[in-house]
Amino acid sequence: MKTSELIEKLEGNGVVVANECREISTGYCGDFLSFVMGKAPVDCAWFTVMTNINVAAVATLAEISAIVICEGCVPDESLISRAQIQHINIITTKLDIFNAVLRAFDAS
Amino acid sequence: MSNIHLEYTVEGNNFSSAGMASDEVKNNLKKLGIPPEDIRRVAISMYEGEINMVIHAGGGHAYVDIFVDHIEIWLIDEGKGIENIELAMKPGWSTAPDDVRSLGFGAGMGLPNMVKYTDDFHIESEVGKGTKVKLTINFH
Repeated sequence: MKTSELIEKLEGNGVVVANECREISTGYCGDFLSFVMGKAPVDCAWFTVMTNINVAAVATLAEISAIVICEGCVPDESLISRAQIQHINIITTKLDIFNAVLRAFDAS
Repeated sequence: MSNIHLEYTVEGNNFSSAGMASDEVKNNLKKLGIPPEDIRRVAISMYEGEINMVIHAGGGHAYVDIFVDHIEIWLIDEGKGIENIELAMKPGWSTAPDDVRSLGFGAGMGLPNMVKYTDDFHIESEVGKGTKVKLTINFH
């Protein structure tokens, strides 16, 4: 699925849409950054409630396609700026992580 | 013979600049046409090392040598050192303070990730003097 499709499915907000055509192969959920780096698959959508600037570094280094910030959490300005510079997609949604994943992968 | 040598200073307690060195190394490897999966292993293991120096050591230095078939990264700090390396290597064990945990660090997976993503991992540490980590990743 493309990032633009994911935004639609989540009725989310594309806070930073650096590449709406970037493919999403699968998903990963987690908030501890080292778990994400250790386990998140390449080209995944990462579902989290973390909102600080380090989220951008992890997404870039781990080759994550899109960050999905759930529960209505608001990304820090510093995260948004970094994501714009590093061309990382950030989507926000009011859904909790469980329901966001269900909807993203047509399991709801 | 070393093809490219890079050096970086990692600032202590600065989470905004953490990861910049790893990102630069990643971009250099991309330009050299190194396989993406190898680049990912380099980027993640180096970032974990950078973050450790940011959190625990008041900063440090990264020395990177890119060879034709592998990369060697030394992460050297003059911080407080590690009392028990065996314990520090254990997944889930962490001494990170609460304010750092609230940023998403301190899961106790930093050193285990470095082992996981490298072909050779070396660590030496002396309490009160600092820590030296060497990461070697072969290119496929």
